[in-house]
Amino acid sequence: MNKQGNAYTFIYAAVMVVVVAALLAFVSQALKPRQERNEMVAKKIDILQSINVAASSADAEQKYADIIGEHSYIVDFAGNKVEGVAFDVDLAVELRKPAEDRLYPVYEAHLEGGEKKYVLQLRGAGLWGPIWGYVAVNSDGSTIYGATFGHKGETPGLGAEIEKPVFQEQFVGKQIFDQGTFKSIAVVKGGADAEDKFEVDAVSGGTITSKGLENMLSDFFKGYESFLKNLERASHE
Amino acid sequence: MSNEKEPLFSAKNLKLITGPIGSQNPITTQVLGICSALAVTAKLEPAIVMSISVIAVLVFANLIISLIRNSIPSRIRIIVQLVIVAALVILVDQILKAFAYDVSRQLSVFVGLIITNCIIMGRLEAFALGNKPWPSVLDAVGNGAGYGLILIIVAFFRELFGSGTLTLPGLGELRVIPQVFYDWGYVNNGFMILPPMALIVVGIIIWVQRSRNKELIES
Amino acid sequence: MENLLNIFVKSIFIDNMVFAYFLGMCSYLAVSKTVKTSFGLGVAVVFVLAITVPVNYLLENYVLSAGALSWLGEDFASVDLSFLSFIMFIAVIASMVQLVEMIVEKFAPALYSSLGIFLPLIAVNCAILGGSLFMQERAYANIGEATVFGLGSGIGWLLAIVGIAAIREKITYSNVPAPLRGLGITFIATGLMGIAFMSFMGIQL
Repeated sequence: MNKQGNAYTFIYAAVMVVVVAALLAFVSQALKPRQERNEMVAKKIDILQSINVAASSADAEQKYADIIGEHSYIVDFAGNKVEGVAFDVDLAVELRKPAEDRLYPVYEAHLEGGEKKYVLQLRGAGLWGPIWGYVAVNSDGSTIYGATFGHKGETPGLGAEIEKPVFQEQFVGKQIFDQGTFKSIAVVKGGADAEDKFEVDAVSGGTITSKGLENMLSDFFKGYESFLKNLERASHE
Repeated sequence: MSNEKEPLFSAKNLKLITGPIGSQNPITTQVLGICSALAVTAKLEPAIVMSISVIAVLVFANLIISLIRNSIPSRIRIIVQLVIVAALVILVDQILKAFAYDVSRQLSVFVGLIITNCIIMGRLEAFALGNKPWPSVLDAVGNGAGYGLILIIVAFFRELFGSGTLTLPGLGELRVIPQVFYDWGYVNNGFMILPPMALIVVGIIIWVQRSRNKELIES
Repeated sequence: MENLLNIFVKSIFIDNMVFAYFLGMCSYLAVSKTVKTSFGLGVAVVFVLAITVPVNYLLENYVLSAGALSWLGEDFASVDLSFLSFIMFIAVIASMVQLVEMIVEKFAPALYSSLGIFLPLIAVNCAILGGSLFMQERAYANIGEATVFGLGSGIGWLLAIVGIAAIREKITYSNVPAPLRGLGITFIATGLMGIAFMSFMGIQL
């Protein structure tokens, strides 16, 4: 058979496409349940990390059930609870909607000693792809108790440093509100003032990732603003 | 075709491995795989991980293409090569995601970079399409190693001068520059971790290599 | 209209594929010996980007992403083929590149021989796959925006390679240390250009 002929080329291409697509589809379908489970556990580890609870894939489910369990819900832009399962909200989808129409998941953590922390979920864009984070807020609705960030493909050593503890620990004790007015947290290049409650140091060299993180913070804190204000009001009562 | 019994590691075959590590280096002589070299060399660990992944993918891709080289219609050879490489990488990624999620989380950054790494396409096009499977495997090992060598050298200098640390797989981040230096006023050169410095470091490596090996000098 | 112009300017200068993302470096360094060849390769890249980005946009929105197949009927609304997106993007790119290769070989044989192995290699020019992946990531609102983005990215790449080629043509008259001649000095010059372009970073239009 003529190997340079059109017929051969077409048949070759068709067979290759069918074989490769079938193989990939089969593997993807067969492994999907396991992958989804892994992703779910990873999300629980992230949420737990934001309230400074270290968990591994072995004990994450148990710890999550103990500390958060069923205490998660969805709020809207006005701060009212809406129907739905917080854990199933896909922020990648919410991000494409205008801020007013998004669903905002809240995970309420009950720590030992009866303290309550509120974990907010954020998502934004870095240099190469999405970045996300979980920020735990005290019941005063403004002081940050802990934060954890993740990314899909930021440059190792530059933007990817946002997932390092050194960067995340800076957020502890920072404030989202300045005496009741919305302020958010700035990611400052070249030395933030550690005393300043409204800024943290950017990751060195990762300018665009840092900028993206700052936008993500103000974008989502704004979305949670009503909810946080309600928290603050409740804490005074 | 002269396929008289040739020892597996004949002088000619060994040259396939040593050549790319030395004078035929994929990065400094063949100009392949630069993008990834810029993206992963700010720290030592990702550079090592990337080198190993590229060697693995390159070996399999070279082997597969070499096995089916006589059946590929030349008009669609680019598509065939790319589809095979991409399918390989995606398969590995899917399997890691299901069975070794932590590893996959670290590697997922590299998936795109490996598929579009021109070393892989370059070697498929230049070698595997015209050679038998065994030499193709050796060529893959040699080129992967030569690529990894440069990556590791660049990452070593960038991390050492840029962050004052060295990150090794399994050992974590090691502080190499003692605190005393900082007390005396030494400052990390933040410039080193920016991508343009990778280009300049590779330029300097080329300079050193060509000063020692005059044959490579371009007129 | 203003929006399109915005995307266009941004993708050429601020989000320049070469200087902001350092994508497409291999062919950039290897084929920039003369302005003429680099212009040829640049045009090929513009062409491939301007076609593959919108084609992949259609694929992404009407075939691959979750629920994209709903136009086929209710039964297909839940199909999610996103695990195929990488390989589909690559396949579209590879076929476009193959097409360009055949066109160049037929109509500009001189350019074809001077581009050598780097013509097929634009298939793995990360700038091109990068274009499609950025398009997917940034979720452009319609095909017009996606096309303008692809075109702008290509033109940005073209400008960058013609720029370095011009510098290299001038450098041949300078007294560069022998071991640095050719590739070595090009790496260093590109690094310096990259540093200069970093000043565009973060500009908001």
